[in-house]
Amino acid sequence: MTPELNSRPVLPQGCRLNDKNQQPRVLHMPERALRLNGPSLEIIERCDGRHTVEQIIGELQQIYSKAEPRKVAEDILGYIARLHDQRALDFASGPAPERRQNEK
Amino acid sequence: MMIAVSTPLALIAELTHRCPLHCVYCSNPLELEHRAEELPTEVWSRVFGEAAQAGVLQADLTGGEPLARPDLVDLVKAARGAGLYVNLITSGLPLDEARLDALVEAGLDHMQLSFQGAEEGPANEICGTGAYAQKLRVLEWLGRRRVAVTLNFVIHRRNIDQLDRMLALGESSCAGRIEFANVQYYGWALANRERLLPTREQLERSVEFLKRAQERLRGKMSIEFVVPDYYAKFPKACMGGWGRKLILIGPGGDVLPCHAAQVIPNLRFDNVKDRSLREIWETSEAFQKFRGQEWMPEPCKSCDRREQDFGGCRCQAFLLTGDAAATDPVCSLSPQRSKVDIILAAVNGSAEESSARPNWVYRANPA
Repeated sequence: MTPELNSRPVLPQGCRLNDKNQQPRVLHMPERALRLNGPSLEIIERCDGRHTVEQIIGELQQIYSKAEPRKVAEDILGYIARLHDQRALDFASGPAPERRQNEK
Repeated sequence: MMIAVSTPLALIAELTHRCPLHCVYCSNPLELEHRAEELPTEVWSRVFGEAAQAGVLQADLTGGEPLARPDLVDLVKAARGAGLYVNLITSGLPLDEARLDALVEAGLDHMQLSFQGAEEGPANEICGTGAYAQKLRVLEWLGRRRVAVTLNFVIHRRNIDQLDRMLALGESSCAGRIEFANVQYYGWALANRERLLPTREQLERSVEFLKRAQERLRGKMSIEFVVPDYYAKFPKACMGGWGRKLILIGPGGDVLPCHAAQVIPNLRFDNVKDRSLREIWETSEAFQKFRGQEWMPEPCKSCDRREQDFGGCRCQAFLLTGDAAATDPVCSLSPQRSKVDIILAAVNGSAEESSARPNWVYRANPA
């Protein structure tokens, strides 16, 4: 599945980043944790239910301006799709929410 | 020779061995620890801090039944405050909505709620208690709260044909994950093994069913499946390798490489009351004993899979062969595989399954 450019990825219940002052930075998930390096951390920090996929791509293309923009976009779409398959990312629906309730 | 020590990733904290349930496959040791021996709140709090310092990411609060600890909310707060991801592994008894709110407020990230099946009568028979109705209540409460939920169904011969009902219960709930974990044969489960092992035909049907469910639910719900390793061709990478990823601390503070390590004779365990967790992790005799590959016999020593399964499970090797340093006998390459095949032949060769209630050995409850 390729994520829609206007969808807004968000961490589901039970998935969260560890604290900024902890090293290494990880994405906690039920029963496992994913170690995050530069770009993956930049992506996950923007999966807040407010940034659209398109905005995340735009911002990372700026940060990694030396990389080929099309490649950056492809990598991000692939990463988001993979995390969604693993239930480490959901997509927010409706207007940008403040807080999400535990979904049925 | 120096053995490289990796960073521990998760701490399994057995807060107590007390439990209102009496499950016939309980993973606790046969010799249960008493309430008077349990570590107090302050020691656990210090240990959570030491664990985070040593690199641990996640605390699995378990038991016995962790809810039996009156200070559980404080323990969740301490673990979360230390920077750990906090997972509560529970039967859901005894719990009310106010206490659940307090646990979530204290920073509980994830709750793993156990079920003995999806039918009240048989489920209650397995745990020797009328627990089922309460579990359904807890599941409903969880749907209205900000906490991730995994349902854990323990699978065996007498409920493996009802996976469809369990899956339906999971799908109708707030759970994001369902684990179908076949019983592993240690402790109380070993005592009930002949009544719990599924037949090969049952197992094959269940694997087919769960593969289809995984496919259908991809991206919506994750379905984990643990097979009984007696039927496997190669052993499980027990605990991700001895002393490689996981630390287990018993109710009284003994630090173990796994749930069952106490069955291995002459293994000496250190206690968190005496030494720091990092020191224990790095130097404790019990952890060093089967770390790395030095201890391995053939065929493990020269096997291509030795970095994948680490020779399998030490406790199982001891329980089935009498030698904790033997190749896990479930491995098809083990010279002692026939010990497992004899057990499987007995389970698969028996005539019609009797519907009569088996003569279960129920887990005891410590004072």
